[in-house]
Amino acid sequence: MQKISMREALNQALREEMRRDMRIFIAGEDVGEYQGSFKVTQGLLEEFGQQRVLDTPISEQVIAGLGVGSAMAGLRPCIEFMTVNFMMLAMDQLVNHASKWRYMSGNILPVPAVFRAPGGGGQQLGAQHSQSLETWFVHAPGLFVMMPSTPYDAKGLLKTALRMEDPVIFLEHEGLYSLEGEVPEEEYLLPVGVGDIKRPGADVTIVSYSRMLHVSLEAARKLEGQGVDCEVIDLRCLKPMDTELVLKSVVKTGRLVCVEECWRTCGVMAEVAAQIQEFGMDYLDAPIRRVSGREVPMPYNKELEQACIPSAEQVIEAVNLTLGRKAAD
Amino acid sequence: MAEKDGRDLSVTSRLTRKELLSLYRQMQLIRRFEEKTAEMYQRGRIAGFCHLYIGEEAVAVGLEHVLTNKDYVIDAYRDHGYAIARGMDPKQVMAELYGRSDGVARGRGGSMHMYSRELKFFGGDAIVGGQIAVSTGLGFAVKYRQEDAVVVCAFGDGAVNEGTFHEGLNLASLWNLPIVFICENNEFGMGTAVSRASSFVDLSKRALGYNMRIDKVNGMDVLAVIEVIDRAVRYVKSEQRPTFIEARTYRFRGHSMSDPQRYRTREDVATWRERDPIKRLQQRMIDAGQAAEEDFKAIRSEIEQQVKDIVAFAEDSPKPPLDRLTEFAFADYKAPDQ
Repeated sequence: MQKISMREALNQALREEMRRDMRIFIAGEDVGEYQGSFKVTQGLLEEFGQQRVLDTPISEQVIAGLGVGSAMAGLRPCIEFMTVNFMMLAMDQLVNHASKWRYMSGNILPVPAVFRAPGGGGQQLGAQHSQSLETWFVHAPGLFVMMPSTPYDAKGLLKTALRMEDPVIFLEHEGLYSLEGEVPEEEYLLPVGVGDIKRPGADVTIVSYSRMLHVSLEAARKLEGQGVDCEVIDLRCLKPMDTELVLKSVVKTGRLVCVEECWRTCGVMAEVAAQIQEFGMDYLDAPIRRVSGREVPMPYNKELEQACIPSAEQVIEAVNLTLGRKAAD
Repeated sequence: MAEKDGRDLSVTSRLTRKELLSLYRQMQLIRRFEEKTAEMYQRGRIAGFCHLYIGEEAVAVGLEHVLTNKDYVIDAYRDHGYAIARGMDPKQVMAELYGRSDGVARGRGGSMHMYSRELKFFGGDAIVGGQIAVSTGLGFAVKYRQEDAVVVCAFGDGAVNEGTFHEGLNLASLWNLPIVFICENNEFGMGTAVSRASSFVDLSKRALGYNMRIDKVNGMDVLAVIEVIDRAVRYVKSEQRPTFIEARTYRFRGHSMSDPQRYRTREDVATWRERDPIKRLQQRMIDAGQAAEEDFKAIRSEIEQQVKDIVAFAEDSPKPPLDRLTEFAFADYKAPDQ
């Protein structure tokens, strides 16, 4: 088994799928000659040429429209946005177009396109470059949303996304590109909308995704030393969302802590918490706790920024609260 | 061959009597279809936003005379005329207006969302200018697969002030995409006159900023439209470059069915009605001795029956079953194509 970074895993997924399917092309800002702003598309221009790896102008609406139109016409575009923040300029094409065309046309015109973007905070990039905007996409029927936390998941999910018949928003965390992990040499795909237990446990369920999954795992390791056995679940896909897996875990543990980097109000975990109380109230031994990003535009200063992003300590505190080991403040 | 005013009529001068009558027929069909639509809307059989193509028929009909089934078309929400001119079954278009199961989008789309995969008709976009961005993808696919085809992207004068217009024309020109952009300038973006919305009113000049060939046409003259589209399609195919056409036209009815039209006078409308594209073609054929009033009368009476059948079809079409409401939101997943 190879040990590779998330960046390399994504690159392998793109490379393998492009070799397999001539309909796939990549377009985005600086994906070609520059080799990708986060180097995910490194070497692809060299292998596939400028017919299939296209540098675009800085025009997010039309980059997204290029994906929508070419997908409806039978190609398999893989559109890269330089960051999720810039996807805000393309929301019309993503939400008013990509997500709706299959339904609005009575199933005549599906939009099999993948829209990738890095995002998240922690790099001191300021308020306009540090956002976690996944809920914007999760909210719209018609879009699939994937947000992997490991190289293995990233490769398997991106390969799956590129074979799907509907638009997929594929969000990567800038802080995870260099994270290494084991990835099989042989080909594999991952199912859509299936979460993963990253750490089995019996006392408390922690549910998370993307970079916060690693913060949750860190908290679980520390809690193990305190005699608390946490089960850590990775949603992997936010739409569809595997809340069934979370519910099964809660049936076992009776306690749930939800960890997300996005803002709390109407965040991803607001949906998880709502579903678990709706379908699993009888199994809960304590109120569900959420650990979320602080509700301010992300500050630049390092300490201020770190104070906005959930930490292992905050997760530990939330777990302790559900265990009644400390009163809520 | 040129007409008295010097216009090139090299294509339309070769049109046969039969072809000319067919153009008349199509325009008249769209006219009566739309008038019937207005009637059924007022009778509560059709709901939602409903934008009629009455007055602008020559643009879509002239366009489709030139295009073949290899070509791609995408337009805005005033799309009934485009759908019918493209060759879609008017019965299914009406059934869609009724929101019924036999509608082109099985009742999911409505007036602004007509589509056909077979006829490469991609809508039906109800976001002003949205289709300009989408059209670059259609154009890219044509180029990528080296198809012998063009993409026609139609939009109104209101769309030229959207960001997608500028992003889309720039990309199309930069990447040499085979797209004919047609701006149907009907003088108003809803109720706002072009002069009140655009920093200069000669809209075709906008495309010059993107290094694009431009052309203008009287959109009330179906033959003029054919000439201009024919030249545009030949240019796009031979030069592998996009082009831009401004068609000056006018809608005789309001922007939608709920428009009191306070932004223009009855006289304005009356002046434009004198330029009615259907009457114009009819008069031209009569003057040229190619047809007589009885020929047109016969066509009109045929269409009356056809429109009755169209409405009857929509009336009889079943409503979409409620238990299939969520169908078509996604493909059926669990197991991806491995």
